[in-house]
Amino acid sequence: MSFLHLAIFLPFLMAMLIPIFYRWTKQLHTGWIVLPIPVILFIYFLTFIPQTMDGVVTQTMPWIPSLGINFTVVVDGLSLLFALLITGIGSLVTFYSIFYLGKKKERLNNFYAFLFIFMTAMLGVVLSDNLVVLYLFWEMTSISSFLLIGYWYHRERSRYGARKSLLITVFGGLMLLGGILLLHVITGSFSLREIISEATIVQSSSLFIPAMIFILLGAFTKSAQVPFHIWLPDAMEAPTPVSAYLHSATMVKAGIYLVARFTPLFAVSGAWFWTITLVGIVTLFWGSITATKKTDLKAILAYSTISQLGLIMTLLGVGAAALHFDSWNDNIYIGAIVAAVFHLFNHATFKGSLFMMVGIVDHETGTRDIRRLGGLMQIMPITATIAFIGTFAMAGLPPFNGFLSKEMFFQSMVDVTSLNLFHAETWGVILPVIAWIGSIFTFVYSMIIFFKTFGGKFKPHLLPKKPHEAPIGLLLPPMILAALVVITGFFPNLIAKPLLEPAVKSIMPSLYGTDYSIHISFWHGFTMALAMTAGVIILGILLYKTANRWKPFITEKVPAFFRWGKAYDNSLYYMEQGSYRFTLWVMTGWLRTYLNYMLTAFIILMLGTIFATDALNFDISTISRVTMMDYVLVLVVIVTLIGIVFSKSRITSIILLGAMGYTISIFFIVARAPDLALTQLVIETISVVLYLLVFYHLPQFSNIEEKPRWLSAKTFISIGVGLTVFLISLSAYDTTFFPSISQYYIDNTYTKAAGKNIVNVILVDFRGFDTLFETAVLAIASIGIFGMIKLRLTRRGKNENK
Amino acid sequence: MELLMSILIGLMFTAATYLILSKSLLRIILGTAVLSHAVNLIVLTMGGLKKGKAPLLDTPGLPVYNDPLPQALILTAIVISFGVTAFFLVLAYRAYQELDSESVSKTRGHEADDE
Repeated sequence: MSFLHLAIFLPFLMAMLIPIFYRWTKQLHTGWIVLPIPVILFIYFLTFIPQTMDGVVTQTMPWIPSLGINFTVVVDGLSLLFALLITGIGSLVTFYSIFYLGKKKERLNNFYAFLFIFMTAMLGVVLSDNLVVLYLFWEMTSISSFLLIGYWYHRERSRYGARKSLLITVFGGLMLLGGILLLHVITGSFSLREIISEATIVQSSSLFIPAMIFILLGAFTKSAQVPFHIWLPDAMEAPTPVSAYLHSATMVKAGIYLVARFTPLFAVSGAWFWTITLVGIVTLFWGSITATKKTDLKAILAYSTISQLGLIMTLLGVGAAALHFDSWNDNIYIGAIVAAVFHLFNHATFKGSLFMMVGIVDHETGTRDIRRLGGLMQIMPITATIAFIGTFAMAGLPPFNGFLSKEMFFQSMVDVTSLNLFHAETWGVILPVIAWIGSIFTFVYSMIIFFKTFGGKFKPHLLPKKPHEAPIGLLLPPMILAALVVITGFFPNLIAKPLLEPAVKSIMPSLYGTDYSIHISFWHGFTMALAMTAGVIILGILLYKTANRWKPFITEKVPAFFRWGKAYDNSLYYMEQGSYRFTLWVMTGWLRTYLNYMLTAFIILMLGTIFATDALNFDISTISRVTMMDYVLVLVVIVTLIGIVFSKSRITSIILLGAMGYTISIFFIVARAPDLALTQLVIETISVVLYLLVFYHLPQFSNIEEKPRWLSAKTFISIGVGLTVFLISLSAYDTTFFPSISQYYIDNTYTKAAGKNIVNVILVDFRGFDTLFETAVLAIASIGIFGMIKLRLTRRGKNENK
Repeated sequence: MELLMSILIGLMFTAATYLILSKSLLRIILGTAVLSHAVNLIVLTMGGLKKGKAPLLDTPGLPVYNDPLPQALILTAIVISFGVTAFFLVLAYRAYQELDSESVSKTRGHEADDE
């Protein structure tokens, strides 16, 4: 257990202590108590920067060594980038939530406990090397996210959103587990780095594609890629700090992290390249188009997050092509990886600030609906500035960091068209086109967010509250993020060397030891990408101005084709209905139905086995002679059977049953079994008396019995059971395998047990335990009968109620 | 003899199943009684129906004894099935007292009972 392990579990330990602090310090906002944790962790992770620039830090703690599951923490560039985002934005969100959530109204202990459990889970996901441990933390993020979305559990929409996100992300999580197990089957290891070091074995395995699909399903569901994106907009029911933290900066990037992490393993395959690139570009396109038609600011931001995640995913897919070229310094496809990592960082900064901005607007005006907002620029100038920086960075405009990563994105998309791998030379040309259209819509919704909120006319009569500028506590965190947006916009190389380069090296491990270095130039000359950006701005402005003309088209026509959310709702409804109907159909409540199931299964299984294994081997030569006496006895039993089945009177049935019992005791006499005959006679007599005693109190049974019908299920099943038993007894009757052990009993009954009645000696001496518990059965039966007759609890209870 | 016994056992199983599948609780109990007879006969038959002596030492006659082990098993089975049958009979009697019906169709499980 190193300090690194402790660092991961520090928020979790804090979450355990929060309820205690919450009770002791009623005066102080709980947020202040927990705030130092992410700050300390952020500073702690900053100290890793020098170490990750040229290598990795590894710490191992055994957990279940016998199964190869050890809690190994590995810090490399990619993990560190994520850890810094998680702790950095975590600190800002904690600070922001102190001012956002009221001390009196909210259950703060729950909120911070969930939030810090999530922080541990997320740190665990990005820092674990062992895939089982990674999966553990992965599910922990799903569960803590579920708790956070359903934080206001008295709202129906919160519960709906929480359930939806849990179902989808846990589905993906289970798929991920399947992928992990497949990788374990191939390599025999759970360690990510060991698996990657055996990449050639994995790539030649027949389980390569299934493992890839399972892991990608996990990544796509978590990172809200089409068609699994539907949970993210509904997750906006969470408090805004949660949306800012989980659903823009950290958790939704867990899937991105997973894809980046597995790139060295799977990127050789064309399936990987095309799946990720296409899913990413479709998500980018779909998210940006849908975002333009939403009117709730958080919904716009949710679809914008989906779209931007698609962008990063596309870049990671295209970056997979870099692995196919040997030289690194003139490898243009590695630019996609750089762009992905850079945009990952940029998106976390501007999207975090935008969510906080929306939270402020919501907090100060009481609404997030852009139809009611407008003209807030004069009233909330600082918020407007933050929003300006965030939206323009998101739209990809200079001089903000979004501009740089968008330029790199366009450049990578243009580069794909010259790729001569995976048939990219023919279909690759659609990628830049879709990416470009998606970016135009990104521009449009970014403008909608800013100008519909802060521009235009001020509509005070539509607002529930009288708006005014937010307190400094709410403004500070988004200001820090916006400052980061501007700083990395002007001086991208501040983070390029210490953060982005190690991250790219961990996605492409073969880069270690080479002299590869990233240099992001703010002005890169007149390129195709710049022309595309110019086109985005011009067309974007045109589209924004004419929004009223085309918006009805996409709000009414387009969704009819792709109603993913509706499909989810319907599938849940029909699954529920289907299983309900199935249960009603199968579980009728009639005992006879269940008996029919069991007996039919018995017939099918037994007859099937007999015929499948050719078990019917009745040898006529081993059977013993039949005497006249036997025929008579069998005939008597058959007659009594027919009588019992078809008799209309209960007395007849009982007497015939008694006759059958006595006949069977004659069988026992014929079979030289005097003890059996004796017992059978006595027991049969007592039974008949008992039957008569009980039947005396019961009505005639024939009046409720349906007439015997030959063509009923009952008849078929009965005949089937009889036939099956007959065939089993025929095929089982073969005593030639080995002699009976009874010779031992016969030889030793007198010499060892001092008795001459062999059956009795077996019962009380050789196998006395049977007899002991058979006595117990009789005792229990008699006590049970006594209890049934004497104890009348329900009746007494009824009387008491009266 | 074994063939004849097998046929008889098959018929007894048929009759027992038919009775168990009826609506009347009493016929069901009659069915279980027939079933236990059939099972006892199976055990006896499968142990071998050779005509030896009864398993009592010092019995004059042939040098071969009939197998004593199945007889001991059946003896145990008879007693246990008697105990269970007696319990079921009283249960049927009590069920009739409480429910005023001996029809299985009246004793159907209700969804309301699960809640």
